[in-house]
Amino acid sequence: MAPVPVAEGIFTWPSDEPQLIGSRCTSCQIVTFPVQASCPRCASTKMEAHLLARRGRLWAWTTQEFPPPSPPYAGPTGDAFVPFGVGYVELGGEVRVETRLTVADPEALTEGMEMELVLVPFRADEDGDEVMTFAFRPAD
Amino acid sequence: MDVAIVGVGLHPFGRFPGVSGIEMGAIAIRRALADAGVEWRDIEFAFGGSYEVDNPDAVVALLGLTGLPFTDVYNGCATAASALTLAADTIRLGDHGLGIAVGMDKHLPGAFSADPRQYACPLWYGELGQFVTTKFFGMKINKYMQDHGISHSTLAKVVAKNLRNGALNENAFRRKPMTEEAILGSPMLNYPLTQYMFCSPDEGAAAVVLCRAEDARRYTDKPIYLRATTVRTRRLGAFEVHSPWLPVEETVGPTVDASRAAFERAGLGPEDVDVVQLQDADAGAEIIHLAENGFCCDGDQEALVADGALEIGGSLPVNTDGGLLANGEPIGASGLRQVHEVVRQLRGQAGDRQVPGNPKVGYTQLYGAPGTAGVSILSR
Repeated sequence: MAPVPVAEGIFTWPSDEPQLIGSRCTSCQIVTFPVQASCPRCASTKMEAHLLARRGRLWAWTTQEFPPPSPPYAGPTGDAFVPFGVGYVELGGEVRVETRLTVADPEALTEGMEMELVLVPFRADEDGDEVMTFAFRPAD
Repeated sequence: MDVAIVGVGLHPFGRFPGVSGIEMGAIAIRRALADAGVEWRDIEFAFGGSYEVDNPDAVVALLGLTGLPFTDVYNGCATAASALTLAADTIRLGDHGLGIAVGMDKHLPGAFSADPRQYACPLWYGELGQFVTTKFFGMKINKYMQDHGISHSTLAKVVAKNLRNGALNENAFRRKPMTEEAILGSPMLNYPLTQYMFCSPDEGAAAVVLCRAEDARRYTDKPIYLRATTVRTRRLGAFEVHSPWLPVEETVGPTVDASRAAFERAGLGPEDVDVVQLQDADAGAEIIHLAENGFCCDGDQEALVADGALEIGGSLPVNTDGGLLANGEPIGASGLRQVHEVVRQLRGQAGDRQVPGNPKVGYTQLYGAPGTAGVSILSR
């Protein structure tokens, strides 16, 4: 019943202060998420790992109120499905990351609000282990 | 060399159990041939677009094995624009004088899905439930509404208009008008978009016969000239569907690029256009695309919709055949359905939904994943 990350290499794990792992182009300095091997701006293949800020501002958002088509969606469906928020959070003034939001209530979400990274349970895998993913919640 | 459209044909859009995509394509082609007054054996080349049908060229088995060069294309929601562009370019090259562009599709109900890795996205992005086109549309219009003062009731008014137009179109999928209240009150799918603010993947086919402009009057006394067709993909910084991240630097989307290039090639501007077909995969897309194609400034849509400007009898008629909201979206056929409608409008053959005032210039626009847009401009 040990928690496991939804994928290797997208956030630091295990970690008390988890961070998303992106990459930065050593030629033009653009920051991507997740890591990618070549630069989408200058086509350089010299990319280095780059940890992203844990807090940022909400740039755009919506809600996901129906279970996405499965596959590829691997989370709870039917009665077990719980609507979730989705948005882009701008981190460190250098990248906007698309992410789950812990809040799905339109009344509680506003463009520009301060958000912070958390790890949340997503589903149980075949071994009964809890699969963890990243999400952003409104910061205190 | 200029290119003219001399024939258009449509298989109705909707759901047709027992009829294959290829069969629908053959029916659309036969109708386009009849409209142009030509035979299948006269057609010198073809381009066929589809998402579900691997090999649209197999339609020759239903029409005649004449040996013509027949090339299949797929370019997401801009598939039909690509087929049309390639067909027009083939005539411009001078290799052939008379050809056809056809699109056909037969989708299952429900939101589109795919393997995210085919879109250069990581698998976990799909596993988490973020590889969803409707979510992007919700996010884009939600941001647009907050930034530019568009109301929820304007979204509902766009749907109501397109369903009213669809009710006048015997080829449309949804032909039953709905009230704004019922549209706003249907289940929320991706805030602020409710169920009836989205189009449905469905079935249908459309075909267009093209020739050298100088030959057009051999076939018709009402040739419609293809003044420009363009296809563009996203640039870094555009806010696009299926993007696990975006850079902080921002630029305009591929629709803006395709639109500007098309107007430049045609030597026309938005003020010259009399009838418009826009990609309204959701109500928000019609609102945003009005500005992205240069027909208004950001935020003007609120007043344009309230004043009825986008109605068939308005100053800027948009989606006169009901658009995607009333017709659904068989991906391969959708853009040629738009061209079919514009041709009918410019010929004065649109019946109950004819735009008054003898329209002279028409415009069509497609947009889809992963950030591809197509525009065409047509005139009498």
